[in-house]
Amino acid sequence: MMRRQLPLIICFVAGMVMLAQNFIPPLTWIYQQAIAWARIIASIALFIGLISLVRVHTTKLKRKAPGCQYSYVTLFALCYMMLAGLLTRYHFFVWLHDKSDAGSTGDYIVSVFENAFNFQELFLNIQIPIQATMFSLLAFFIASAAFRAFKARTFEATLLLIAATVVMLGRVPLGQMIPWIPEITTWILEVPNTAAKRGIMIGVGLGMSSTALKIMLGIERTYLGMKD
Amino acid sequence: MPRLRSNLRLLSPGLSPAFVFSFLIVLFALCGTAYSQVEAFDAPPAPATNVVLKDAPDDEGGAITIYWTLSADDAGGAMDVVGYEIRRSEVPHGPFETVKSVPRGSSEAADETDLENDVNYFYQVVVKDVSSETPSAVAGPIQAKVQWFNLGRLNTLIVTSIYIGLLLYFILHAKKGTNLFIRRIAGLDALDEAVGRATEMGKPILYVPGISTISDVATIASINILSGVARTVAEYDTRIIVPNYDPIVMTVAQEVVREGFLAAGKPDAYNEQDVFYVTTNQFAFVAAVDGIMVRERPATNLFIGMFFAESLILAETGASTGAIQIAGTDAVAQLPFFIAACDYTLIGEELYAASAYLSRAPLLMGSLKGQDWMKIFLIGCILIGIVTLLFDYEGFKNLFETPLMIFRQ
Repeated sequence: MMRRQLPLIICFVAGMVMLAQNFIPPLTWIYQQAIAWARIIASIALFIGLISLVRVHTTKLKRKAPGCQYSYVTLFALCYMMLAGLLTRYHFFVWLHDKSDAGSTGDYIVSVFENAFNFQELFLNIQIPIQATMFSLLAFFIASAAFRAFKARTFEATLLLIAATVVMLGRVPLGQMIPWIPEITTWILEVPNTAAKRGIMIGVGLGMSSTALKIMLGIERTYLGMKD
Repeated sequence: MPRLRSNLRLLSPGLSPAFVFSFLIVLFALCGTAYSQVEAFDAPPAPATNVVLKDAPDDEGGAITIYWTLSADDAGGAMDVVGYEIRRSEVPHGPFETVKSVPRGSSEAADETDLENDVNYFYQVVVKDVSSETPSAVAGPIQAKVQWFNLGRLNTLIVTSIYIGLLLYFILHAKKGTNLFIRRIAGLDALDEAVGRATEMGKPILYVPGISTISDVATIASINILSGVARTVAEYDTRIIVPNYDPIVMTVAQEVVREGFLAAGKPDAYNEQDVFYVTTNQFAFVAAVDGIMVRERPATNLFIGMFFAESLILAETGASTGAIQIAGTDAVAQLPFFIAACDYTLIGEELYAASAYLSRAPLLMGSLKGQDWMKIFLIGCILIGIVTLLFDYEGFKNLFETPLMIFRQ
């Protein structure tokens, strides 16, 4: 019984306090405190995530599941970056340099390992380019999605095609030279586009508030794994 | 005199003593003028005037705002002011300590440095140039006070109260068993079809609950939908894969999916490792999910929650695998991408209506009715505002500021 009721009571009290602090300035410290707690909980939860990640990939390796070679890559990268982070953070290689003679073979080997485990360099030269590669795929996907979306099969799709063509033209130097195109582009973006966006945003705002109230009142409980 | 004449001749052989004498007089005169200019440059700047102190409004105390009129040498005059220092003391005769510095051209500053509430404070605004400074007259006393209500949010409180009142009214109304209509939402109707398709094809369903945290209402709405999907999936004996961006969302998703399988009477079919954490790095998450889509070839992809730039990368990869795709988000900027690349899209508030739509629970349906009435109220206000402003009447617009102004006065 308490397993079901306690989360709902906590949720109601926390929700009411958060609502109240919005209007009562002396209660804002509770919000600040809650943010700090959320940060602490998030850092602890990261360990839970880490355990989940390791468990999923070790299971794949044990079962020799199809594509398990990627699990080797994931686990290796995870361990390597953790090790690099720890060694860099605690200045391990600085300590080793101090222990070895300058210019000696040992010092050279330490330098090699220092470069291989330089967390910042690994981050900047491996992770950032990979992320940029993933992001840059977006440009090609926009083209392929636009190609599909702009097929004038229905009235709405035709309208979309015309509007998109005008807006695209209005945004390139050539289009700027065509009479009316820049004005129509600006009008499309500022009037119908903004109106539609605001309409959606008002709906979203009301939906959010309504969901928050339902959660506070315990009407909406599915997020707790409970049936209505 | 002959001696002076011979000395001048020694200083400048070849020039007449009279010329050299005149030259020296002019030189001294020029030096004198320059010196007086330097003196003028070094003169202290004109002080800041009209120093006014006010307790910062709508706060928990601990802040005082200081206003002043700019120094005559800042807005004009010598134009050599570099900035202002705010100095504070608990007694009018000082000593004053500097609590804040602001650049030239500033005519107000907020002091929030270790201020105690209900204690008298005195302030000086000190105008500074490169080499000197001029303090203003001492202003005060002033006390920082706790405000027990944020008057700046009075309008919000009124509208929120109206909205909560409407929601509660319709929720209670629905509790009495009134039959409420809800329009068809194609994306939600297609959920059963999508799960059925995956079952027929013997392939899994991929459910991505967005890349935000559990504090995001869109994520909670997504979890609500996941609950229904998990139950249907369990009933159909299909596999569901839920990769997670946030570890807390992962634990909630695990619980929700487990409950879904339990509710369907198939707790043993639940595999905890199908609801797993990937990474909190946006594009690494995208790469992982894209990889799952390409390798596992899910029959159905559900992208429901908060998405950012990765939305189209996910949706296009999914489309290339031939999966049926249903997306839902309240991120306005991502909606066009999902609409272009997915079969069905839950737009904005439809995401929040999903829970009521899928469960048909009267209390949840009642809240939807309340939302609709609030929308009617807002649309009415907007229309009246447009019409009144067209006729150049600002009374209706000002109505929304009136309660605030009355209480402020």
